[in-house]
Amino acid sequence: MDISAFCSQSRVLIVAGKGGVGKTTMVAALAHMAARAGLSVLVVELEGRPGVSTAFGSDVPLEYAGSLLKAAGAEPIGEADARRGATIAPGTVQARTITPDDALLEYLGDHGLRRVSKRLMSSGIVDLVAGAIPGIRDVLVLGKIKQIERGRIADLVLVDAPATGHTMTFLSSAGGLLDAARGGPIRAQAADVVELLSDPSRCQVALVTLPEEMPVNELIEAAYQLEDKVGIALGPVIINGCYPYRDGLATTAADAASSAGVNLGPDLVAALEAARRFRLTRQELQADQLSRLARELPLPQLRVPFLFTASIGPVELDQLTDALAAGVQALPDRAEVRS
Amino acid sequence: MTTATTTDMMVLDRSIIICCGSGGVGKTTIAAAFALQAARLGRTACVVTIDPARRLANSLGLDALSNRPTRIEGPWPGELHAMMLDPKGTFDDLVARYSDSPEQAEDIKVNRIYRNLTGTLSGTQEYMAMEKLYELAEEGGFDLVVVDTPPSRNALDFLDAPRRLTRFLENRLFQALMMPTRAGLRIMGMAAQALLRTISKVAGADIVADAVAFFQAFEGMEEGFRARAARVRELLAQAETAFVLVASPRPDSVDEAVHFAGKLAESNLFVTALVVNRVQPRFADDSQLAALAARVDGGTDRDLDELVENLRGYTAASDREEQAYTDLASKVAPAPVTRVPLLNTDVHDLDNLATIADLLSGGAGPAPESSDGPSGGPSGGR
Repeated sequence: MDISAFCSQSRVLIVAGKGGVGKTTMVAALAHMAARAGLSVLVVELEGRPGVSTAFGSDVPLEYAGSLLKAAGAEPIGEADARRGATIAPGTVQARTITPDDALLEYLGDHGLRRVSKRLMSSGIVDLVAGAIPGIRDVLVLGKIKQIERGRIADLVLVDAPATGHTMTFLSSAGGLLDAARGGPIRAQAADVVELLSDPSRCQVALVTLPEEMPVNELIEAAYQLEDKVGIALGPVIINGCYPYRDGLATTAADAASSAGVNLGPDLVAALEAARRFRLTRQELQADQLSRLARELPLPQLRVPFLFTASIGPVELDQLTDALAAGVQALPDRAEVRS
Repeated sequence: MTTATTTDMMVLDRSIIICCGSGGVGKTTIAAAFALQAARLGRTACVVTIDPARRLANSLGLDALSNRPTRIEGPWPGELHAMMLDPKGTFDDLVARYSDSPEQAEDIKVNRIYRNLTGTLSGTQEYMAMEKLYELAEEGGFDLVVVDTPPSRNALDFLDAPRRLTRFLENRLFQALMMPTRAGLRIMGMAAQALLRTISKVAGADIVADAVAFFQAFEGMEEGFRARAARVRELLAQAETAFVLVASPRPDSVDEAVHFAGKLAESNLFVTALVVNRVQPRFADDSQLAALAARVDGGTDRDLDELVENLRGYTAASDREEQAYTDLASKVAPAPVTRVPLLNTDVHDLDNLATIADLLSGGAGPAPESSDGPSGGPSGGR
């Protein structure tokens, strides 16, 4: 499948997965891939982590105002610019954060309540309202994402979602709020969010996992929950940290040494043999998990290799992006969107 | 090996171990392994977990949320107990403890804001974990309580949480909210009235009614909560409490662990031990690698070359991982670093847990045999 077509399947792609699977790194790789294909990208970071910036080689902390991660000489498009219809330049990656407090402040401002908004925030009243309307924080954040999507500031909006567990709560917040059937403009906001989440041409979820038992279990569970409870379309599954297969480990260390006519001594033979068996077992475990995932969750898989590096910077990002792009190109042309 | 004695000394000497670190690093497993090791050394230990992966929970004999520890039988001289925290139930107990009457407790429990508080007031889960820790440490009759902190957006929520709840309950605006019932709306400041109108406008009028009821119901209980929060804080600062930082050797996890260690230090609390979990195993030491290089110079035999390269690959990966957490190790110095190697199987039963406990107390440098898990056995690649 063409990369540009792949990245244009929905304007918003929410990247979700359990903690520790490398979700944020995958967000960076997806952004890089889309920008390479000439798309404009906005990354929305919800937990304020610096991982996306670091991957692009930037040490500027992400803020609500947004900063550029990939573009020569361009200026970041701020809130005010976006309201005037400015858009991010093609091939550019811009990133920003959205916190519930920011979203609320802006929401109040937009509803003519700017004057009291500061006091509302500092008074801790938000906690109180959140106690009465669970999910209101998440709805405010999603509402802001919806506004960004509507404003068409970028071809692709990538959302680094909270870790699963939180993801379900996060994405089902709007539906829950609607069910509670409370009045006021907040309810209208929730309805708009539900509309966004249930339209596959506007919004999809890419789930990230590792090729291991527990993460795979959690991913399968999350996938069905997201479809059943949120009704959101699922894009391909991204499997991060796949160990490269090593062929030619069929011969035992003792046999290989003797047929090569090399006397290694018992210690070295034992070390080679232990490493061989460890590798074979890990490969087998990984293959089992990948095929189980394919069996239990019929979604296309994109596999990204495990990198044995001390950090993820621009060099590693290129490697990961290449792998991701190769996976996308190997996908069949028409994306499978399960309903 | 000094690390060997460190883990055993810690589970023998301390009365509380708090396992912290970012999500997905295997905190729950490490916490359970500490408790198991304590039981194996003859102590009465309890591990408190928050939402553990189900298979581990089952292996520990836990199948539901419960506010009472369950004893897990096994071939050890001490006792192993485990508990899966129920934050809501813990909060209910706390309300019952500090309310003046059963009626007051009941009023609180039916209030909508209260019912949602554990899910919505950030840090409430963490607070309940600390509250349960306090209760178990003070009244549970355990030698050691190991607690696994909840996966949270802010790593230090569990330290701030008690204060946050107290602040929430003591908020001046909320005090003002209660005024209407006492002395009429007139006494309330203009600003507070404006805020109330705003809330009604944005979120609906009944929110205000719920809020008033909530703070009325809680009236008089703030003091009890504040005193309790202060005692929890003391408990965390005492010498018998150990903080174990769990990290995986990946860059993002290491970054978070560094951040976490710094935050702890700001609160005058220090990392007692660092556990780097799931490190790549090393199958040969440097002298063995040199000996190997001397005898196999490549091109001798394809099979043998593959085997040598496989072995060297693990060493190289392990070196790069070491590099990733060198900084972290020096930040938490003199806290000892224990490396737990990646196993050949997922950890989901007591046998696997015992393997982890062995590795924790056995110290650095995995023996290749012990990392070759029970499910081992070559069967030809893919």
